[in-house]
Amino acid sequence: MSELLWQALQQVQGYVYPNEIEVNWSILIVFYPYITGLVAGAFIVASLERVFKVEAVKPTYRLALLTALAFLLAAPLPLVAHLGHPERALEIMFTPHLSSAMAGFGFVYAWYLLIVLLLEIGYDYRKDVVKWARTKRGLKGFLYRLLTMGDYDISKEALKKDEKLVGIITVIGLPSAAFLHGYVGFIFGSVKANPWWSSPLMPIIFLFSAMVSGIALVLLIYMASTKLRGKKLDMKCTDTLAGYLLYTYVLDLSLEFMEIAHLVYVQEEGIDAILTLINDRLFLSFIVIQIFLGTIVPIFLLVMAKTGLFRATIRKIFYIFAALLAMIGVLAMRWNVVIGGQMLSKSFRGFSTYILPIFGIEGLLTAVAIFILPFVLLFIFVKVLPPWEEPPIWESTEHQAVEGNGEG
Amino acid sequence: MKSTRREFIKNFGKIIPVVFFGLSFKKFIETVSAKENASTHHPGGDYDWNQHYYAFVVDSTKCIGCGRCVVACKEENDVPKEPFYFRTWVERYVWLNGEEEVKVDSPNGGFNGFPVIYDEKEIRKSYYVPKLCNQCDRPPCVQVCPVGATYKTNDGVVLVDEKYCIGCRYCIQACPYGARYLYPKHGEREPRRNTADKCTWCYHRITKGLKPACVEVCPVGARKFGDLKNPDDEINRILDENRVDVLKPEAGTRPKVFYLGIDGAEVR
Repeated sequence: MSELLWQALQQVQGYVYPNEIEVNWSILIVFYPYITGLVAGAFIVASLERVFKVEAVKPTYRLALLTALAFLLAAPLPLVAHLGHPERALEIMFTPHLSSAMAGFGFVYAWYLLIVLLLEIGYDYRKDVVKWARTKRGLKGFLYRLLTMGDYDISKEALKKDEKLVGIITVIGLPSAAFLHGYVGFIFGSVKANPWWSSPLMPIIFLFSAMVSGIALVLLIYMASTKLRGKKLDMKCTDTLAGYLLYTYVLDLSLEFMEIAHLVYVQEEGIDAILTLINDRLFLSFIVIQIFLGTIVPIFLLVMAKTGLFRATIRKIFYIFAALLAMIGVLAMRWNVVIGGQMLSKSFRGFSTYILPIFGIEGLLTAVAIFILPFVLLFIFVKVLPPWEEPPIWESTEHQAVEGNGEG
Repeated sequence: MKSTRREFIKNFGKIIPVVFFGLSFKKFIETVSAKENASTHHPGGDYDWNQHYYAFVVDSTKCIGCGRCVVACKEENDVPKEPFYFRTWVERYVWLNGEEEVKVDSPNGGFNGFPVIYDEKEIRKSYYVPKLCNQCDRPPCVQVCPVGATYKTNDGVVLVDEKYCIGCRYCIQACPYGARYLYPKHGEREPRRNTADKCTWCYHRITKGLKPACVEVCPVGARKFGDLKNPDDEINRILDENRVDVLKPEAGTRPKVFYLGIDGAEVR
């Protein structure tokens, strides 16, 4: 660490306060809002079907829920790994200092995980879990029997109740998801010491970029999983999701534009430093990656797809590129906020340099490992709780008798 | 037997959230009702922190940039000697002939004094500005601490509880003055490692009636420290007789380090 600081000292541009040579919030804190954003975004995709009755995206409903859960479980890892004293992490929940924006994290997180996601997934899957518990044997059967929690009632009334409950949970969950991520934006937006962060728009910008990345992630996972399972892609669903990706993108870009326009126009103290930050220090990650490749290009691709001039196969390629670029663009946005904000000296006279270590607890590899983890979790969840639309085996045998083309 | 155990588990399940929310509610009431984050910590002994309220004056016109304050501070408070960790440092402000922009530097925080890097004939105006924690009356660092490990004492100093700080570094981000740093893993003082550290106005000295180390060693009297509640203290006379500046007044932090002889618009 110390060696990196000596390097960083050589790379200081202009004047920074001596304590600012060390960039305190590292790559892990870049991934934290990125991962929570994906949770919020994925959950909002799931709510499209439930709350807004967008029937077309039904094939992604359960997939989106499981994705949200997988990423939510990984979300606190970068935070805890980053703490100077991880063993004191729970103090945030046991003795929260309520004037701190950060103190709410534990509560918001627990609420979202326990009250919203687990309940919604539990009630949505209950009928299937009971059926699996009755039909599967061995370890898997035991797991399902455990998951039923002793409740095998899948009468019509019981299922109706479940359905109603899931509806209510989703309605509560939607603002919760928005809050979970808007709150992350507030952690940055409320730091008045830093003009690159301090903005009442920050929570909303975080929320919309979260939706962009979440929709893109669900779209990618949906397309990839369909391909892997050798199924035919539901083009209506894909087109609808891509449409929502476009709308959120347009809102996201407008918000980002308003933020920058306001900064540049009001010319408060520090504006010269901010302009240098944008045009020089963050040129690659902000102008090139976040704005051009990560926003303008995907919007262009999505608009092209919407024109109706292109066949499904071409549209699919557009969507894959747009969604990948969206994921990269939003990651760049998190980088530009977290790292960019710390490059800017609070003396407004210079810039620190963040040197990204490869190894070590706050290194690139840890961050990548933490980001891979939710995909592994999702793989396991999908094995245990298949989210696919086609009817499970016991139903498909009934279907086979009627239609003669059951799928397993 | 079976049913009682089940009931016990059931009841226990109810108790946990009740206790949990009860505790946080109590905390909430305490936070809301406590005036200005007044702390329950206390230095102990026969020192009464309600009898004192401290302030600090930096007379920039006197500072010669020798850096003895920086050295004394690091010695007194076990601040690591590397040039990334400072509880106090000195900045040099230089305006050159024909140049509009001021040049600011602080090599090693002024620890080794300031090397001559400008041609004396080219200098239009220059002075040194010692910096330290402003012990703000409305400290953003205290506001953002998620566990309340950093707090304001009744005699007006902002401290960090090193046994309690979780090392999240939100306070470092929130301080507009760059007055905080994370005490490194290799730092001398073991319990302080990986926690936020900052100037305490040498709280261990001032509660014994001594001056902070930096004030003690300053050869020209550029740093003044005193008790606003003691009418005989010279700090009151200095503040009465002079027009003073604070750093970044627009941040609304209400600093208690007052500056003499700086260009308020340039020094930040």
